[in-house]
Parts: sequence; structure tokens; C-alpha cells
Amino acid sequence: MAMLRHTPAEITVDRTALTINPAKTCQPVGAMYAALGIHGCMPHSHGSQGCCAYHRSALTRHYKEPVTAATSSFTEGSSVFGGQANLLTAIQNIFSVYEPEVVAVHTTCLSETIGDDMTQIVEKARTEGKVPAGKHVIYCNTPSYVGSHVTGYSNMVQGMVKNLAKSTGTKNGKVNVIPGFCEPSDMAEIKRLAKLMGADVTMFPDTSGVMDAPLTGKYEMFPKGGATVEEIMSSGDAVGTIALGQWAAAAPAKYLDAEFKVPCEIMGLPFGIEDTDAYIMALSKMSGKAVPASIDFERGQVVDVLSDYSQYFYGKRVALAGDPDQIIGLTKFLVELDMIPAYIVSGTPGNKLEKAIREITKDVPGEVKFKCPGDMFLLHQWIKQEPVDLLIGNSYMKYIARDEDIPLIRHGFPIVDRFGHSMFPTVGYKGALRLMEKILDALLTRRDRDASETEFELVY
Amino acid sequence: MDAPITEKVAPAIDPEEVKKELLAKYPPKVGRKRSQQIYIKENEGPEDREVLSNVRTVPGIVTMRGCTYAGCKGVILGPTRDIVNITHGPIGCGFYSWLTRRNQTDASAPGAENYIPYAFSTDMQDEDIIFGGEKKLKRAIQEAYDLFKPKAIAIFSTCPVGLIGDDVHAVAREMKALLGINIFGFSCEGYKGVSQSAGHHIANNKIFTEVIGTSDTPNRTGKYNINMLGEYNIGGDAFEIERILDKCGITVNATFSGNSTYNDFASAQMADLSCVMCHRSINYVADMMETKYGIPWIKVNFIGAHATAKSLRRIAAHFGDPELIAKVEAVIAEEMPLVEAALAKIKPRTTGKTAMLFVGGSRAHHYQELFAELGMTTLAAGYEFAHRDDYEGRHVIPTIKIDADSRNIEELHVEADPERYSPRMSEEDMKAREESGWKYKEYEGLVPDMAPKTMIIDDLNQYEADKLIEMYKPDIFCAGIKEKYSVQKMGVPLKQLHSYDYGGPYAGFRGAVNYYKDIDRMVNTKVWSKVKAPWAADGPELTACYVAG
Repeated sequence: MAMLRHTPAEITVDRTALTINPAKTCQPVGAMYAALGIHGCMPHSHGSQGCCAYHRSALTRHYKEPVTAATSSFTEGSSVFGGQANLLTAIQNIFSVYEPEVVAVHTTCLSETIGDDMTQIVEKARTEGKVPAGKHVIYCNTPSYVGSHVTGYSNMVQGMVKNLAKSTGTKNGKVNVIPGFCEPSDMAEIKRLAKLMGADVTMFPDTSGVMDAPLTGKYEMFPKGGATVEEIMSSGDAVGTIALGQWAAAAPAKYLDAEFKVPCEIMGLPFGIEDTDAYIMALSKMSGKAVPASIDFERGQVVDVLSDYSQYFYGKRVALAGDPDQIIGLTKFLVELDMIPAYIVSGTPGNKLEKAIREITKDVPGEVKFKCPGDMFLLHQWIKQEPVDLLIGNSYMKYIARDEDIPLIRHGFPIVDRFGHSMFPTVGYKGALRLMEKILDALLTRRDRDASETEFELVY
Repeated sequence: MDAPITEKVAPAIDPEEVKKELLAKYPPKVGRKRSQQIYIKENEGPEDREVLSNVRTVPGIVTMRGCTYAGCKGVILGPTRDIVNITHGPIGCGFYSWLTRRNQTDASAPGAENYIPYAFSTDMQDEDIIFGGEKKLKRAIQEAYDLFKPKAIAIFSTCPVGLIGDDVHAVAREMKALLGINIFGFSCEGYKGVSQSAGHHIANNKIFTEVIGTSDTPNRTGKYNINMLGEYNIGGDAFEIERILDKCGITVNATFSGNSTYNDFASAQMADLSCVMCHRSINYVADMMETKYGIPWIKVNFIGAHATAKSLRRIAAHFGDPELIAKVEAVIAEEMPLVEAALAKIKPRTTGKTAMLFVGGSRAHHYQELFAELGMTTLAAGYEFAHRDDYEGRHVIPTIKIDADSRNIEELHVEADPERYSPRMSEEDMKAREESGWKYKEYEGLVPDMAPKTMIIDDLNQYEADKLIEMYKPDIFCAGIKEKYSVQKMGVPLKQLHSYDYGGPYAGFRGAVNYYKDIDRMVNTKVWSKVKAPWAADGPELTACYVAG
């Protein structure tokens, strides 16, 4: 019997109040993830402790890595009278016991609803000597009832530049790269491409080395990876900023532009050929470096594989759910592959997303159904009305995949039942190759399974 | 067969030194408090010292605790498959409690409802915070009803709901009258109490007042009718327990709440005995059902083969029928060879190894039986959110002071039901039983079962966990997902005793065998020998050479 047996094909109820099987989660987990991309950072959740436990668990299930974060542990009393005392105590305890370089505070719906003034509380911690010399407390506001985890990520990166970035008046020749909410493997790939280019970049946040750490017999609460406080401070002296992702990375880039005259270029996360090309060109322009032959080689490999296997991609229908920057990048890549992104939902609100998707899919044959904010219940209803060949989304999509017998490619957050996302990139030309391999493997495995004995073939 | 398999061994390391080391780094105020939550066992058996517990968490200490919403929605109500559980709040709470606890459910019957793979939320936005969310909640309930026509709808309040003053109970009453199905709300805002525990209590209260006793149709009928309370069917535990009980001729009328349906709650008053697995989460319902309906309760433990046998015998002895007693013995005799065969193979590979257990509110005690069966020693144990009675035994309940942080959690005043109260045992019977050593309504707690010189730590935090591993180097550490990977980075396997690392069942006879196999694998897998590269200065090759030379 179907797992999701209560999902009807027909849309009989116009839902305006009830979200079912969301394609998003709330802000603080994004802020916590971003904070983990600072070297020596303890993320801190200013709210009741359940949020912090849930967010740590969600990230841990996704990465199979320790995620240490502290909380203000509000009680009913602090919920009524304010959480200042809790945060001051917490800051003191964190520095005494865990000795991080920096504490990165985010908020929850609780502290936001009661209106705790973070600027004032953090300032008080500083003036009362609760922040040891040479150590830092940064903060941002992440109300869970606005936007999604992507918004939270963006807000924490904003917090980094607002609290730390400075300008000495002398350019340091570096390019800031602000990756969106993507995997440590993606961040490593984005850096690798810059290195191939010979471009000197400062990337923040950077969870590579942190959320994909080795097992050595010693637990490092603060592993080697992550952007250092000094690097983030120097972002005000950069020659430019490349922001990879309108939703997750644009705001801090614009802030650096407005505040320190660091010009920014805002683009998509580099999925597929065109968006990776755009990243390479921006790097080249900002750093003044020519594109090396090694990058031509990698790009050419993608085009080669696409020409070899184009027949299997062409015209295949895909349903996808996820976060805006990923959705945009993936949709664009699917269109490059001549596939049809038939149904798309994102839980993260924002009018610009629909506009972007419509533009990307304007020449795609047939109707492209899109909803934002939409949920997986709606996506499933669409699939029931007219099936697709492939699903792309997080682990929660496996219930739809099983019920409708459609192959699923796990992508996005959270993936809690497989590994790979933190180890192998899906951005850049290498990532494009990997995505193509995954898509083909899913489609051809299905073909092998379904083929009659007569039609079963050795070579594709 | 009830005797422990292995003598308890005191650890070689001095626990006082460990405690000193744990406290050394804390600011004085934190140190004073933690000092009372770190308890060193001195003698065999019960002791009459207090374990400071169920008190507020130290901010910034990196606790493992969760919140009241998690205790209410996540733990108690989550496993029931035919209630539409709507989280009233921003999206996170509903999202994180979506399929992340492994409460298995059997919804294979034709037409069976199963809402477990769904997450329902009002997904509150900033305008709901500003103007109130009651209208949206009402609409959400209406939409859920129109879509699913469920038996019942439950509403779970999250942090902002209490602050902005949404009255979920008024909404529930109004919609119940309008739609004609049972609709009830829980004021389980995350900031209430100090942990998940308050959520258990809130869940118990509402289920008791709104659902229990609303149906006179029992789920199942048999000669010996029991309820299994505080068993959430993680990894299929309740299925295994039910398999064994069925075989013995004991009928489970209702389980709270693994593999349960709405009617399990509604007809719970139809059983003749309540068996309590997880004391912390469900003792309130057990007590209230005794007062209101006259159903006595006993503590049972189906974790461990010997504990399972003991619990079966206790249930049989309660009913006192020689035929049942004989049947239970026959079942134990039939099941134990499988267990003994597994142990004969595995025990030599696990004997002498050491374990630590830091789990929610009951498993840190229950699972010590399984380790004892494997010949393993428990060095330290503790709970995230248990109360003094779970540590020290229920006899301390009258001396527990409810502090300011938990005072607002409602205590229901319950009286005997004028029509349905029917004492399953006469007072004289009960008294006679108790005089002959029987204990109803009793749980002796964790402390008496721990060996001298072991440590009992309440609300263990990240820092203390790291230190314990460093100092004791246990062969296995049992805790949850948040602890798992930091512990394993140190080369020590961590057994998740919340999710069972996606294995199980671990309850009952077959569950015990599953557990033996999993622990054997975890403490004997080759991976731990690969931690050091052969070329590392302190790598395996070099160390061997050095020792040899």
C-alpha cells in the first residue's frame, strides 16, 4: 500500500493555511551551518534549547559529522522577561569551557517574538568583559517565521561582514567568493577552480575541512577548515566579491559593495556548463587572470559526455523540490541537457524565483508547473496527475519515489540516508559530470529493470 | 535465570579524580551546580543521597537536551498513525519532528489510515506573529478535515504561540463542535519546563482528559488484558514485545504509543493491568488510570533477555493463574535457547569490555541489563531529563520540590470515575501481595543498579562527554546522534540508543540477539584498527616496532 496513501491526485482543497510536507525548514539551521564555515567558531542559538538540539541533529544526520552548538536555554521566566541574562551567562560559559575564537549568535522565533535586542546584549557582553581579549562575538537575527533556512544562512553571512569586515583603504588584490548554501564538497570545488585560475580568493563561509573532517583518533571541536576571522575582516579590502546565489549570498555581497566599495557580481551557484562558465569569466575579470587550458579541458569533457549520451537525456521529464539557488541552477542545467523540468516547488518564498524559472524554461515544450512557496504534497499531486521520469530532491522525496515508482536523485538539504553530498561536488564542470552520471545511472538502471528479455541490452 | 550473568566490576580509575577534572574548568557557579549533578556511587544497592536533576540547563554549556514540544509531539503523540498532528508554529518544529524518530507502525490493513509520513504545519509567518495565528490555525484544521476526514486532529503549540496569546484550546473546542470529530490542543511551547520532560507531562494530561475513556470498544480482547505504557516501538520493539505476549496468551489492549491508533488511547481503560516500560514519559497516565479506573500498574523491562523473562513472570504472577504461569515458563524455555546460542558465540568477544550510557529518560538504565548479559561493565550512566525518582526510586517523590521552572506544568487532580471505576484487585489482595514482596506502582530507579565507584551524571554536556572518553577510554559509548560523531572521531564506537543506528528491534528475546550482534560488530570491527596511518609518527607499525625494541 502506498506510504503517502492520503495524497489525492485531484486538487480539491485550495490550501491557504495548511502546509504539508514542507520543502524548506526554518532560518536558524542555515545560520548554524554558515557559522560552522568560520574557523574556530561556536554557533550559538539564542532561544529555547529545543531548536538548537533539532538544528544540530538535522546537520549531523546530513553530514554524519559532529555539530557542536550552544544555546541560551530559555525557560518560561526568560521568555517573559527577556533572555539577556541567559545570553550573557552563555557567552561567559562558552569562552571558559570551549575556548572558541568566535561565538556566532543567531536567534529563534522565541527571542524574536519577545524582541530581545541583540546589538545591545552583545555590546553589554563586550563592555562587561565577558568576551576575552582577541576573541569575537558576532550575531544576526534569524526569525523562523520569515523566509527559510536559506534566509538564515544569508543573514548569518551578513552578520559576518557586518560584525567583522573592515577596510584599511588599501586593496589586498583578493577576490571574495561567497558561496551559497551548498555542500563542503561544492565549496572545495569552487576554491579548486579559483586555484586552477591562479586567482587569489577569500571564501566565506567555508565548511570544507569542517563538515567533511577525517577520523584521526582525536576529536577537534574546531577543525582546521573554515574561513578565519582575519580573512573575513579583510573582505573589505578585496578587489571584488563574487556572490554565488541570489538568495543565500547576494545580501552580504551588496553590503560589502555599499559599505566598503567592494564591487560585486551576483550570479547563480555554478551548476552545469553555462553557470560555471559565468563563474570562471567573473573570476578571470576580477582577478585579471587568463583562463588556463586545464579549465578548457574540464569543460570540454562535459560537452563530450553530453554529446555521447544526449539521446538518453533528451525530453525526459523531471520533478524537483529544493532551495531557490539550487533550483535555479539545476533547472538551467536540466534545460542544457534537453530535459524537461516539468514540476518545481520551493518552500522558500520570493517572487523573483518564479520569474527566474519562467525565464529559464521559456522554450521548454509543454507546461512547466511551478509553485513557491509550495510543498511536497502539492508536488506529489502533480506527479499523480501526470508522471515524470525522474525526481530530484532531498531524502524526504524517497516516499514519493517509492509510491510512484520513480527514480530519485538525492540533492539538496537534508540528505540523511546516503553519503556523497559532502564528499563529491555537484558544482563546476566536475560537478556537472557527476550529476550527469547520477542522472544517467538512474535512468538506465530503470531501463535495465523494465526491459523485456528481448529488449535487454549490453551496450548503451 | 534471573540472576545477573556477570558480577559488577568496579572501574580501575578513581571517580573522585574524574569528577574533579570534569569540574575544574567551570566558572565557580557552574561548577557548584554540576557538582550536584555528578554523583559517584559508593556502595552496592540503594543509597539515600540526592541526584540533582530536572533543573534548568546551564546556558552555553552545550547540553544534549531538547524541548517540551519534542517531548509532547515528537515522543508521545508522534507514533499514533491515525491522528492528524498539526504543529502550530513556524515551519522548523514540524519539519524536525518529521520521521526522525523511528516509531514503526503497521498500517498494512486494508483502508488503514497512516499519517506518519506526513508533516502538517501552520507554517506561521510574520503577519501571524503580529496579528495572531488563530484564524490560520482554524483554516488549517478545516483544510486538514476536508482533505483527510481523520478520526481526530491534534494541535501542538510551539514557542511563539504562548507569547502571542493564541488560544489553541478555544480553537480546538470551536472546531470540534463544528466538525464533529475529536480535536484537542497541547500547550507544549518549547520554553516550558526545562527539557522534553514537561512535554511528556503535558501530553499525558491532555490525552487523559480528552481521549482516554471515550470509547468502550476495546482494541483486542483476551483473558489477560494489559496496556503497555511508555513503549514507542523504535525499530519494531513493540512488535517483538507483542509477539512474545501473544505467545503467552497475554493480550495487549493498548500501547502508549508505539504502533498505536486513536482507539488505543480512547479505550485504554478497558485493560486490567498497566505495564510501564518508560517510567519517565508515561508514569502520569499510569497513576491517573489507577485512580480513575482502578487499573494497577507495575514497572516492566523488556530490554535484555533476562529482564524480559522476569517481566513476563511478573505479569503472570500478577494474574496468578497457574495455567498462565506455566505458559509463560514454556515460552521462556522455548525462546531462551536462541538467546543462549547467540551469547555462546558472542560473549567471549565482548566479555570484560566497558560501556557508558547517556540516554533520554529511561534507556540508560534498561540497557545495562543487555551489557551485563554480554559480560560488559557499565562505567557511567545518566539521563538528559529524568527526575529524581528515575534515579533514586519512586519513594523519593514526596520529597521532590518542584522548582520555579517547572511549577507551571499542570498537575491534574483526578478522582475515581463514578461509573467506570472498578478496582481490578481488592485492597486486601493488593496489601497481601505487597506484604509478600510484590511491588505495585513502584520503580526503584537507576542508582541501586549501578556498581560502586561508577558515575551517574545528569544532563551530561559535550565537554564532560569528551573528558569521560579521554579519561576512561570505554569500549563503547551509548548516546544519541549529536554525540555520535565526536565520540567516534576519538576512535570509540557510539551506539545510538535513541535511533538504534537504524537497526533493531532490541526489546524481547529476538531483540536481545540483535543487540548482541550489533555490539559485537561495533566493538570488534576492523575500522578502529585503521585510525592511524602506518606512516604516522604514532601509527600502528611504528608503535609495534618501538614496543618490540
